[in-house]
Amino acid sequence: MTSFDHETLRQDFFSLFGLPRQQGLDVERLEVLYRDIQTQVHPDKHAHLSDSDKRLAMQWSTHVNEAYQTLKDPLKRARYLLQLAGHDVRLETNTAMPTKFLLAQMELREAVVEAKDAGDADALDVLHRWLKKDLRAEYALLQQALDANALERAGELVRQLMFQEKLIHEVDDALEVIER
Amino acid sequence: MALLQLSEPGQSAAPHEHRLAVGIDLGTTNSLVATVRSGMAVVLSDELGRPLLPSVVRYSAAGPVEVGYSAESHQAADPKNTIASVKRFMGRGLLDIAHSESLPYDFIETEGMIKLKTAQGVKSPVEVSADILRALKDRAEAALGGALTGAVITVPAYFDDAQRQATKDAARLAGMSVLRLLNEPTAAAIAYGLDNAAEGIYAVYDLGGGTFDISILKLSKGVFQVLSTGGDSALGGDDFDHRVFCWAIEQAQLSPVSLGDARLLQMRAREAKEYLTQHGEAPITAKLSTGEFVDLKLTTEIFAEISRTLVQKTLGPTKKALRDAGLAPEDIKGVVMVGGSTRMPQIQHAVEAFFGKEPLNNLDPDKVVALGAATQANLLAGNRAAGDDWLLLDVIPLSLGIETMGGLVEKIIPRNSTIPVARAQEFTTFKDGQTALALQVVQGERELVSDCRSLARFELRGIPPMVAGAARIRVTFQVDADGLLSVAAREQTTGHEAHIEVKPSYGLSDDEITSMLKDGYNHASDDAFRRALREAQVEAQRLVEAVQSALKDDDHLLSILERAHIDSCLTKLQSVLIGDDRRAIDAAMDALSKGTAEFAARRMNQGVRRALAGRKIDEMNL
Repeated sequence: MTSFDHETLRQDFFSLFGLPRQQGLDVERLEVLYRDIQTQVHPDKHAHLSDSDKRLAMQWSTHVNEAYQTLKDPLKRARYLLQLAGHDVRLETNTAMPTKFLLAQMELREAVVEAKDAGDADALDVLHRWLKKDLRAEYALLQQALDANALERAGELVRQLMFQEKLIHEVDDALEVIER
Repeated sequence: MALLQLSEPGQSAAPHEHRLAVGIDLGTTNSLVATVRSGMAVVLSDELGRPLLPSVVRYSAAGPVEVGYSAESHQAADPKNTIASVKRFMGRGLLDIAHSESLPYDFIETEGMIKLKTAQGVKSPVEVSADILRALKDRAEAALGGALTGAVITVPAYFDDAQRQATKDAARLAGMSVLRLLNEPTAAAIAYGLDNAAEGIYAVYDLGGGTFDISILKLSKGVFQVLSTGGDSALGGDDFDHRVFCWAIEQAQLSPVSLGDARLLQMRAREAKEYLTQHGEAPITAKLSTGEFVDLKLTTEIFAEISRTLVQKTLGPTKKALRDAGLAPEDIKGVVMVGGSTRMPQIQHAVEAFFGKEPLNNLDPDKVVALGAATQANLLAGNRAAGDDWLLLDVIPLSLGIETMGGLVEKIIPRNSTIPVARAQEFTTFKDGQTALALQVVQGERELVSDCRSLARFELRGIPPMVAGAARIRVTFQVDADGLLSVAAREQTTGHEAHIEVKPSYGLSDDEITSMLKDGYNHASDDAFRRALREAQVEAQRLVEAVQSALKDDDHLLSILERAHIDSCLTKLQSVLIGDDRRAIDAAMDALSKGTAEFAARRMNQGVRRALAGRKIDEMNL
């Protein structure tokens, strides 16, 4: 076992970058730190060294990529924070959501299917942008809940947001089919 | 005034030998090799001063294998044995290949990758590509006067795992050490970015002979970060030729033509297409073997009309790549044009209309990929100079998934994930006492396995027998910096490593490669032996230098005992290095490599700590 396994893997992603463990995050700063660390550990920087150096570089670089991807995305970041706090989001078992939310989602879903069947790329484009905008308010709520350590509420918001992000993905998939 | 330092002939100006490394653009239509000389990337030309090597290989019954212009000149006369555009067949089955019926080759339908029957026997696309690589390697070694340390070989960003693996296998067959497989648009971005000190978000639009790539990159303080990539690995200049060819047949009202005539007309079609980049109309004239004459005039307008859907086909992936990066066309600072096919005026117009800005054409679209690859090769070989402190962060172009119950795909690694990347997934057994488990790995974006490409079947064996559902098998999927997948599995409750057998769906198995390599060695076994020894010596010398340099910088990370152990491994390697016992060299290298593993880990930790600390100091100084 090398010190990679001992020291690095035990550290959480926030401490890896030396950032405070919270939902509010300076994404630009994260990017700068990410690039600085990759400049040290990336396999390309160790390509002329021994096999064990190369292996180590790949492990490190993979780990830093995962940490960056997790922290950069607000939904992944929130899930990670909940996981660190030992709070189970129960994605598979807890599907209960407010009726109002579900009704709104069903309507949106119908709009997507309609636009997709009509091959209307413009309508889908508008939907994509509208949905994205809609999420901003939700993410603000999520940050408030996490800052207040209201984990139950944060978990609920995470489940809803995953639902909404999935819908945006469906819009994108539909666009891809039309544009092909 | 400083005096110039000269070394004795045949000796390099040590301490650090300049390592011979090249960048290779293995193209559909043409291939190139480039290197960095005195800090400048240059394309290496053949003895007649021609930079391009047509990617054409001829296997005639009589002669040796011909590669390049001489092979190309026999295309019409000997179409069956003269293989062009072989890149389109890499890692592909017959059903994947568009217009295969109009190609003159004798395809052999086998499971997995297609093969071609020639006068010199059955050839796999991997072998044909290896012959092209060998020609480029010979050219480079002649020009540089020594054996190559390694090469960076470019592949379309949208190449899947099977196509990448096939390219790497071809290099292995050609006796080349691959420093890295590099995505073509990324290579172009390096060449463009370093030349122009560019900062900001750029798109690279790369339309080659047979492939289309679009990549969105963020260039920031020497880091080239690919945000997203998209494309079509079966769309390129060849398709435009084919449209012209079909148009000509229709206009001249020709009945089915012979293979040789078809080749001739395809060549005329390509010439007409190229002529149109500078002129308003192009003649297409040919005398067929039937005595018929073809005499047509292709205008820019007709060409634009018959190729309109092809141009449109490049915009779909472009929109998708932008969406994946979360960007709009107006966020792009500049569009770098790469690939000979971007010379077509209708392409230039379409790109300008879509992005709302004039595309950047200040680099030679044929050479830029090879030049970028050479720059990367130089860096990877360890020829670092001041100002060379740049880094490339690339992505995986297509999602990786596994087949689950009912033919559905469970995505493991989504497309546009920065590489290297790894994901672990847990599986369990279905029956009591089950000791094996099969995994089908697919690549693609759809929900159904049948709509994705099968990459490989992994069989995990040696799972300890348990009741159904009790085993917890953790499978780790790792994609390395070449974009290639490897899989490892471990049973969690017992810690048992499961043995993995890989059956690539389109690639060659390790056995096939080994037998091809052996065939090659039988022709020149002495040569191969000397070569392998020389390679081991070069490799060992490199390792010695790397360790010495690390010790010089970071000796403080080691205890006296640890230092003594590394020193003894180092001395051992240095003593066997000059001999001709390859096994002893390999063993000593292995021992040194193991002996320095912990040292390497500490250096890495120190590097990361320094990176973070450096950032804090920077900010205090603000």
